[in-house]
Amino acid sequence: MNVYARRRIANGVVMTLSVAATAFGVLWLVLVLWTLLENGVAAITPALFSQMTPPPGSAGGLLNAIFGSVVMTLVGTLIGTPTGILAGTFLAEYSRGSRFGEVVRFINDILLSAPSIIVGLFVYELMVVPMGHFSAWAGAVALAIIVIPVVVRTTEDMLNLVPNSLREAASALGSPKWKVIVMISYRAAIQGMVTGVMLAVARIAGETAPLLFTALNNQFWSTNLNAPMANLPVVIFQFAMSPYADWQTLAWGGALLITITVLILNISARALASWSTFKQ
Amino acid sequence: MSPATARQAMPRSSPDLQRTEAQPAPRQKVLIRNVDFYYGAFKALKNITMPLHDRRVTAFIGPSGCGKSTLLRVLNRIYELYPGQRATGEVMVDNENILSPGLDLNLLRARIGMVFQKPTPFPMSIYDNIAFGVRLYESLPRHELDERVESALRRAALWEEVKDKLHQSGLSLSGGQQQRLCIARAVAVQPEILLLDEPASALDPISTQRIEELIAELRPDYCIAIVTHNMQQAARTSDYTAFMYLGELIEFDETERIFTHPKEKHTEDYITGRFG
Repeated sequence: MNVYARRRIANGVVMTLSVAATAFGVLWLVLVLWTLLENGVAAITPALFSQMTPPPGSAGGLLNAIFGSVVMTLVGTLIGTPTGILAGTFLAEYSRGSRFGEVVRFINDILLSAPSIIVGLFVYELMVVPMGHFSAWAGAVALAIIVIPVVVRTTEDMLNLVPNSLREAASALGSPKWKVIVMISYRAAIQGMVTGVMLAVARIAGETAPLLFTALNNQFWSTNLNAPMANLPVVIFQFAMSPYADWQTLAWGGALLITITVLILNISARALASWSTFKQ
Repeated sequence: MSPATARQAMPRSSPDLQRTEAQPAPRQKVLIRNVDFYYGAFKALKNITMPLHDRRVTAFIGPSGCGKSTLLRVLNRIYELYPGQRATGEVMVDNENILSPGLDLNLLRARIGMVFQKPTPFPMSIYDNIAFGVRLYESLPRHELDERVESALRRAALWEEVKDKLHQSGLSLSGGQQQRLCIARAVAVQPEILLLDEPASALDPISTQRIEELIAELRPDYCIAIVTHNMQQAARTSDYTAFMYLGELIEFDETERIFTHPKEKHTEDYITGRFG
């Protein structure tokens, strides 16, 4: 057998394996989405968005859980985003090549891959135990802790993509460093940074473990951030595990809702990223 | 700080008076004296001493790595953006040593404009690209800012091409236009000295010619230093030429003499293309 024929065979084998592996991976994703749609579509009714979580055996919706999820995601993002952007700015603009920067970057990477249940446990010890009760604040803080490393990482990466020649050009005009960062670096990196924040929001939108320990759940309508608050992931967890058919249906509806939200966030982030590349 | 006080913080000769005179004898604007430069432990410039004259163009030539860009970057201390880079010696600008440690670097750089090898338009509109530097030290009323932007773009021979799209992104311009935008940006803050670091090396021949014409037009008003790899460009655009090799200044003289009767064998070899 000559070299060329052997290469063709090797190519064919590797190609087949790669395609098979891809199909195997995508298959599960499609199955997950299909199951979600099949079971969840029936639950998407006006009542889902207008009524509270019901006791077993009666009709209801997920309004309090949707509201709670939106509020805690929003507050978590509002706490985590500025912190993450400032820390990412520090890493990219101020601590280049310094020992301290290296350490911070390393710790941030650990935090990035830390299991979210540990974040939940940490906030439980930090806030829930001293306060003596579960609260939406604690939930939001737990979510913020998950947002921070994501935003730090994307902010730093995006700022590192800004060419140094741009910073030099601005400095050469006599611009102080903070103005170079705010007017030039941020402006050049803004789309990537926004994309990072959106991905972080997508990430926390479906987090369950940190909320189990912090916000817990609430059967009723509550806007008090200092009290337990309903939220989609925990309601899904509770309802899906229950023996009641109407609760299970609501759980499917909630799961579909989260999936669609995360999907929209991811697609927007992607669109934004490619739009910025196109523009430049 | 108002622009007037900001500028008076450093001694400066009266430019308006001088710039209206017709071709006075060249005045020494900058004196580089015994300058050494280090990238970490590596010594990139060795005991450089040479002048730059006002309203004249001085070209730095020499093979890659000879230190000509490094020398240019000493003149506005832009190297200070990077830790581990340092210069020793003196650079006197109007009898003030700009290498002294207490100096405000932002004010210094506002007096000394720089244009880089690759065009570096900011990610903002053409108008804001020019206005950015002006707004740093002056708060002009809208119409005066408009005038300043227009005159800077006219000086850079770009006005006619962009006057109808001032609010489009600076990134939408061609490479040659972007570089002229960068020159306009440098001119708009009304510096005394212009540093050009291979300003035409990334451009096509026609854009290069426009940049060279531009240098000739700016010459009567500024002290200009240009780094170039292109010997013809040095010969065409400059009054004085410094030939550098391996971090040392081999020869400094009037351009005409450097290119016709160089004193050093080394210089002659380089300009006749026998090495480098």
